[in-house]
This record gives sequence, C-alpha cells and structure tokens, in this order.
Amino acid sequence: MDLSPDQWIFWQSGPIKLNATIAFTWGLMALLTIGSMLVTRRLSTGLTRSRWQNTLEIVVLTLVEQIGNVGLPGPRKYLDFLGTLFLFIAAAALATILPGYQPPTGSLSTTAALALCVLVAVPLFGIEEKGWRGYLRTYIEPTVIMLPFNLISEASRTMALAIRLFGNMMSGAMILGILLSITPFVFPIVMTLLGLLTGMVQAYIFTILAAVYIAAATRNRARKPEPEPAA
Amino acid sequence: MLIDWFTVGAQAVNFLILVWLLRRFLYQPILRAIDAREERVAAELADATAKQADAEKARAEFEAKNEALDQAKAGVLAQATSEAQAERERLLEEARQTANAVGARRQKALEEEAKSLRTTLEESTRKEVFEVVRKTLTDLASTSLEDRMVETFLARLKTADDKTLQSLQQLGAADPASALIRSAFELSPDQRQRIEPAVQSALNTQTSLQWETAPQLVSGIELVVGGHKLGWNIADYLATMQRHLGEVVDPAGQVPSP
Repeated sequence: MDLSPDQWIFWQSGPIKLNATIAFTWGLMALLTIGSMLVTRRLSTGLTRSRWQNTLEIVVLTLVEQIGNVGLPGPRKYLDFLGTLFLFIAAAALATILPGYQPPTGSLSTTAALALCVLVAVPLFGIEEKGWRGYLRTYIEPTVIMLPFNLISEASRTMALAIRLFGNMMSGAMILGILLSITPFVFPIVMTLLGLLTGMVQAYIFTILAAVYIAAATRNRARKPEPEPAA
Repeated sequence: MLIDWFTVGAQAVNFLILVWLLRRFLYQPILRAIDAREERVAAELADATAKQADAEKARAEFEAKNEALDQAKAGVLAQATSEAQAERERLLEEARQTANAVGARRQKALEEEAKSLRTTLEESTRKEVFEVVRKTLTDLASTSLEDRMVETFLARLKTADDKTLQSLQQLGAADPASALIRSAFELSPDQRQRIEPAVQSALNTQTSLQWETAPQLVSGIELVVGGHKLGWNIADYLATMQRHLGEVVDPAGQVPSP
C-alpha cells in the first residue's frame, strides 16, 4: 500500500516524473477552472441570476468575509491567494468520494509546496504593506535577541502547516484504505463522510492560519505572538 | 522518502497557475458582477429616494395649493354672500321706497280727487244758489221794486262821500257826454225825471244823461262816468258773496268762477 500518491508514477524521465499527485492536481485544476469558466461566462448583473452564479457568489463573498474577519484590511487583495488555497484543499478533500481517487493533499510534497508558498507570500505581503525596513524590523522586535526565535517561529509554523494538512489528509485516505480491506461495506461510507468533514475543516484551518500569518506580517503595530491552534 | 522535491516544485507551480486561473475566471468576474449589481441597487435606491422626495415635494405643493384654493373659495363665497346680502338690502330698500312713493302718490291723487270733487260740488251748489236767488229777484222785479231801486240809487247818490263825488265830477267835466245810467230794466220817463236832476246836481253839470238797459245787473241801477261807477245792484252783492264763499272753499284766495 502506498503511503503517498507520489509513489504512484505514470511516467518518468530522469528527475522529471508524472505521478498521481501531479495528475490529480491537474484534474482538480481543470475541474475548478472549467467550472468557473462555465458559470462566469454568462454573468448577470441584474437582480435575477442563475443558481450556479449564486453559489459561486456565496462562496466568494464568504471567503472575503472570513478574510476580513481575521483582521486583514482590504480582504479582496488577499482573496486570490487565500481563496485559492481554500478552494484547492477543499476540492481535493471533496473529490475523495470519487472511486480510485487519491487526494493530492495527502502527499507531503503537495502540502510542503503549499506551505512554502505561504512562507514566501507572507513576507511579500508584509513588504508590500510596510516596506523592506518596516517588515524586517518585525524580526528584531521587541529586541534583537528575539531575532533567532522569530526565524525559528517562521520555519516551524511553515512545517507545522505542511505536516498538519498532510497528516490529516493522508490519515483519512489510509483509514479508508484499511477499513475497505477489513469491512468492505457501509462502514467505509461513514468514514468517508467523516473524511469529507475533516477535509473541509483542514482547508478552513490552513487558509485561516495563512491569513493570520499575513495579517501579523502586515499589521503596523508591534507583532504579537499568535497562539498556535491545535489541529 | 515522503517528500519528492520535484513534486514539491511542480505542485508550487501548479498552485500558482491555479491562483492565476481562478483569479482570471472566478474571483474577478464574480466580484465585478457583485459590484455592478450593488452599484445598480444603490443607484436604484438613490433614484427611488429621489423620486420619493420629489413625490413628497409634489404632495406638499399640492396640499399647499389645495389649502390656498380652499381659502380662496371661502373668501369668494363670503364675498358673494355679503354682496348678495347688500343687494338684497338695496332691493328691499328700493322696493320700500317705491311702495312709499306709490302710496304717497296714490294718497295725493285721492286727496286731489276728493278736493276736486268737493270743489265741483261746492261750485255747483253755489251756482244753484245764485241761480235761484237771481231767478227769484228777477221774478220779483216789478214796478214797485223798480221804484224802490230808484229811490235806493238816489239815496246812495245823496249819501255818497265827497271823494267819490269829486272824482265823478272831475270825470264828468272832462267828458260830459260820457255820463251813463245803466239799469236792469227799462226806466220809465217818470223815473228818468227823478234821476236826471239828482245826477246832474251831483255831477254839477247840465249835460243830458245817456240811458242803457243791462239785464245782467239783475236788479239795480248804476251811474257810469268815464269808467268810474256808482250805483246799487244785486249783482254786486252776489259777486261779493261769491267771493266770500270762494275764500271759504279755497284758503289760497283764488276765486273760482261761478
């Protein structure tokens, strides 16, 4: 049994390879993009609109509202990054109801890539908001002594992001696989439902944590240590 | 090995591509549509608010106009009422005056009629009386009465005052032929014999007299000299009486002709 979809390789040429993680990611990308295109091709600005447009509007507005609730001023600016994080992770989790599918977020490579993106995005947003000097000064606050600890904090929380998501998604797929071999009927369905719920919760947590990190980096006052939520 | 670094890189790139794709096909169109709708709703709300304000304004204007109209109506009504009242008063006054005038005229006409009737009655009465007296006296005129008349005339001539005699004498001197004896009846020669010397002595002249008969004297004799007259007759009495009667009937003193 594969621990990660990375090991399900379709094609390989030297270091370049096409594994299940990348393939399913492409599938999800295609699904999200084509679905969005189909709905947004005919958008109504009037008072009546299609139910699909209505659904997407609810999704997008909820995302904007959640980002705003975290404390980010001008939430639409961060919608592209944070919204895509949520939608991708949520779609990856919801697609587990399809037989033969393995969520790409169940691969530590994927979660690490997402965490790295957050790791890079946080300073970028912070620098954009406060400038180089303003952002870098946050690492030596309240004193210079705190610099190594701040750096460690950056690295560890990125690792935590990656491993939390990987662990939850991988465990869901693993439990499902094990249960399928033990009790092939009914019980795996219950676990699948639980897996869907877990996946949504994880997507939410990942996105909110990224938003909190960005908020902390872009906040103008002295940075306060954010409590690390237990996953 | 749980982490495949090629896959990590590929997934990071995939994620960035997905960010771009969703931005292009999901977030931007949806947000634009929402913004457009919100703008439209806001515009419609503003429009509705403006329209409501307009309607409110128009309503206020209408009410003000209605109020003014009501007031104007009341004013016109009051004016018309007062004018009608005044007109009524005027017409009543006019009618009253006309009625008074008609009544007064009628009263006057009645009075006039009564007066005229009375006058007519009195006049006819008077005429009758005169007629009766005159007829009686004419009937009574006889020789003895004529004699008495002559004597009365002569007595009057004798008792005539100096002033009268003087003026008669002067007139008789100026025109001696004008002395005339007028009598209601034909005087007998004897009577003429008695009268002539008396008159001649009174007038202090020798001129013979002229004689004339005038039945309108009723009963009497008179001497006429150059327009001056002295004598006695019943016609004079009747005329005097008639004048007195007329004065009684008409205080203005106008003597209606008998």
